[in-house]
Amino acid sequence: MNIQDYKGVFVFAQQVDNVLSGIALELVGKGKDLAKDLGTEVTAVLVGSGVKGLADELGEYGADKVIVVDDPELKDYRTEPYAHAVASVINEYKPEIFLIGATAIGRDLGPRVSARIHTGLTADCTQLDIGDFPINPIPGKEQLHNQLLMTRPAFGGNTIATIACPDFRPQMATVRPGVMQKAPKEAGRKAEVIDYNPGFTPDHKYVEIMEIVKAVSDVEDIMDAKILVSGGRGVGSPENFKLLEDLAEAIGGTVSCSRAVVDAGWKPKDLQVGQTGKTVRPNVYFAIGISGAIQHLAGMEESDIIIAINKDESAPIFDVADYGVVGDLNKILPQLTAQIKEAMAAKA
Amino acid sequence: MKIVVCVKQVPDTKGGVKFNPDGTLDRGAMLAIMNPDDKAGLEAALRLKDQYGAEVTVVTMGLPKAEEVLREAMAMGADKGILVTDRVLGGADTWATSQTLAGALRNLEYDLIITGRQAIDGDTAQVGPQISEHLNIPVISYAQDIKIDGDSVIVERQYDDRYHVLKAKMPCLVTALAELNEPRYMTPGGIFDAYDADITVWGRADLKDVEDSNLGLKGSPTQIAKASDKVRKGAGEKVNLDVTESVDYIVGKLKEKHVI
Amino acid sequence: MDFTLSKKHEMARTLFREFAEKEVKPLAQEVDETEEFPRGTVEKMAKAGFMGIPIPKEYGGQGCDVLTYAMCVEELSKVCGTTGVIVSAHTSLCCDPILTYGTDEQKQKYLPDLASGRKIGAFGLTEPGAGTDAQGQQTKAVLDGDEWVINGSKIFITNGKEADVYVIFAVTGVVEKRGKQIKEISAFIVEKGTPGFTFGTKEKKMGIRGSSTYELIFTDCRIPKDNMLGQQGKGFGIAMHTLDGGRIGIAAQALGIGEGALERTIAYTKERKQFGRTIAQQQNTQFQLADMATKAQAAQLLVYKAAMTKDQYTQDHKTAYGVEAAMAKLYAAEMAMEVTTKAVQLHGGYGYTREYDVERMMRDAKITEIYEGTSEVQRMVISAALLK
Repeated sequence: MNIQDYKGVFVFAQQVDNVLSGIALELVGKGKDLAKDLGTEVTAVLVGSGVKGLADELGEYGADKVIVVDDPELKDYRTEPYAHAVASVINEYKPEIFLIGATAIGRDLGPRVSARIHTGLTADCTQLDIGDFPINPIPGKEQLHNQLLMTRPAFGGNTIATIACPDFRPQMATVRPGVMQKAPKEAGRKAEVIDYNPGFTPDHKYVEIMEIVKAVSDVEDIMDAKILVSGGRGVGSPENFKLLEDLAEAIGGTVSCSRAVVDAGWKPKDLQVGQTGKTVRPNVYFAIGISGAIQHLAGMEESDIIIAINKDESAPIFDVADYGVVGDLNKILPQLTAQIKEAMAAKA
Repeated sequence: MKIVVCVKQVPDTKGGVKFNPDGTLDRGAMLAIMNPDDKAGLEAALRLKDQYGAEVTVVTMGLPKAEEVLREAMAMGADKGILVTDRVLGGADTWATSQTLAGALRNLEYDLIITGRQAIDGDTAQVGPQISEHLNIPVISYAQDIKIDGDSVIVERQYDDRYHVLKAKMPCLVTALAELNEPRYMTPGGIFDAYDADITVWGRADLKDVEDSNLGLKGSPTQIAKASDKVRKGAGEKVNLDVTESVDYIVGKLKEKHVI
Repeated sequence: MDFTLSKKHEMARTLFREFAEKEVKPLAQEVDETEEFPRGTVEKMAKAGFMGIPIPKEYGGQGCDVLTYAMCVEELSKVCGTTGVIVSAHTSLCCDPILTYGTDEQKQKYLPDLASGRKIGAFGLTEPGAGTDAQGQQTKAVLDGDEWVINGSKIFITNGKEADVYVIFAVTGVVEKRGKQIKEISAFIVEKGTPGFTFGTKEKKMGIRGSSTYELIFTDCRIPKDNMLGQQGKGFGIAMHTLDGGRIGIAAQALGIGEGALERTIAYTKERKQFGRTIAQQQNTQFQLADMATKAQAAQLLVYKAAMTKDQYTQDHKTAYGVEAAMAKLYAAEMAMEVTTKAVQLHGGYGYTREYDVERMMRDAKITEIYEGTSEVQRMVISAALLK
């Protein structure tokens, strides 16, 4: 492998049902930053069936090029044809960096591809930088420049590690959704679109999709919410979540919850914030009756403003809260909701 | 049917993580447990054994101490345990780990390989799919249900907003979610039998068709540049007021920040 | 002399502990409040093999030793005394005498169901006028053709109404010994549902309130002749020998209750603040905890030694373990009472409320000084051996 041959930042533009996932635009945004540091371009790799129309959107959000792999075999996600598509693109175009979303798709695709092309893969990154490796010079060891430094939490969010992949290309990472920012949309901006099809011949590794069962959900994705009103075990009962729903409605927010609440069966899993749930970074995060286990903090501490209400003044949530209120949520919430309603009405 | 389950011994992060005075993780002070996703994978294998009849072999890679999880697996009902341990395998990233396990698995007959989706110490979810690539067999990740249908396996594969029912010809590798099932307890008699049984121990020399350059720290493409405890954002204000004052305080802050 | 547990025992403890924390602890308070037998927990224990730990595999048991069984009762009792005694009475007082004295047919017939927990066992010796005093026994069994006809009643029977198989004792005759008329007692196996076998009132108890404590009533209850356990007239010896084993189970229960109270007290005193510092920072608390822990440790050594001595008996059918069992039960029960009392004291007013586990533990501890031989009876057993 000649590392010098590998150029450019590539990102996997995940789509489901021919709609781009949020992570696709987040990766284009982050890829653009990295490409700027390296003096190169960001290329989106769009894989699917009948997906070419999505290339424009990728261009408007900052992609310089879009490589489209379009084939009927790629209609719904399956590991093998997708891995073949991505590995072929890498072998053909030789990017120095390849980013994939750490989604239920990307976390299956990434490892299969990295194993096929023999390179390193860093999972669930929350920060990506271009820098030197080793970070500080070590006598007798060459310090490499322009390396991708991939930072990720481990041990349930208790430690963080920064990883490099100095001797193999591309430097691959899966990136946690909701952490990177997408670039502002530039209407009409065009990317160069390249069609590429390596050919797909089904073999024993192609699995058969017998059925697709979609969950019926009209709830807003908590990862998109600007204001989250999040409840923990301290809320006391599923019925008592009414207090949080009222507040969310008054302030224009969405209800989410901690793992304890999901485990207790009070709320569905797609509302769960934290290490095993979703990472959120709303403008305002209300943590109500949430003690703040480290796994929960890992999923919400990047929120702009954290307001915690908890009757236990030693609850760890207060260690990350911007504004902590020690008190009884049952008494505070109804009054708070009423006052917010008033304030909103006055403003309107 | 022959099923091989890959398990990992991990520090239990549930009860809180302990650190040495120098800030590194104190693994010794934390309980070592069978990784929860792997345990669900083992339970799935044992249920297939109960239902269809199967021989269940458990494989782990780790320090000699990792034999404990094999005994635990056997106390739950697994038939055989294989420990892959060797100094030269230490410091492996997921690439080198998957190469090692694939090298071990090539010595075994299998219809189905089950791994956990991910381990709670690394949370990477990579080793299962990477093993399948090295062995050139299909993979189905994130399984929430596993059934056997003749020479195929039918799996419910979880996604964020849906699941796919997938069918793959065996041999196949499936990665299991902890939500897949509630693992059974060991039995006391199973524990006694597990400690009376022999564990097979394999070293580097027993791995089949693996280059030295793909093993251990030296065979790992990824390298750690820096590791540290998570630096948390500092605490802000904390007030302890009566109800009306508390409400006024929050409303004041929301106005100050132009939220309302 | 080696005080370290083997790896298999360590792993068994991990299992019992995990089970107790996950399955038993969350229900302990409810079981106490409602006085309802934890049927669901027993079914889970059956599935995990806890109902036949020292029973050989050939009879459907786990084939482990008495030490493992004692550790199981200990760990369960750390979180719930009721659950501890259910396993103890079932294993020590019903499975064990059938295993020791049963014919091959009896063992084949009863043990697989009992050891797998499909059926629950109980033991009926005590009567209104007779506890440990065998000569006070009033229940009679008379042979009529191929059947024994039983009349009388038994009281304070643990697992009373919930059990399926009962080992009971009845007078089968009178013999003359050294010029005295002495009642001859025999043991029997009685199954639930046998006509003439009914239940009296349920006892309302101070502690272990979820265990089903009932009176057993026999009115012309006919059982097959083959259901006599052991030889005719050997019942008193069978009862005493069975209780020797049972005391190891109760000693383990007492040990667990004491240890559980200690664990909770350590946690509480580290959290609770008085006068600006935690109560664990006060020397009185520290010294109390030191005494509690030392006694709990001493009790554990006695209990484990008794269990291992009974294991010796299982091997050689010779080694006596009655004195070891009596010492273990005497000491562990008194330790449990003392430690739980101190635990309540260190919890202050909260310790007297039902919100805190130590309140229940103190009530649960008391029975261990009473049943399967009071502390006074244990002292009689021990001193008799010293002075013989």
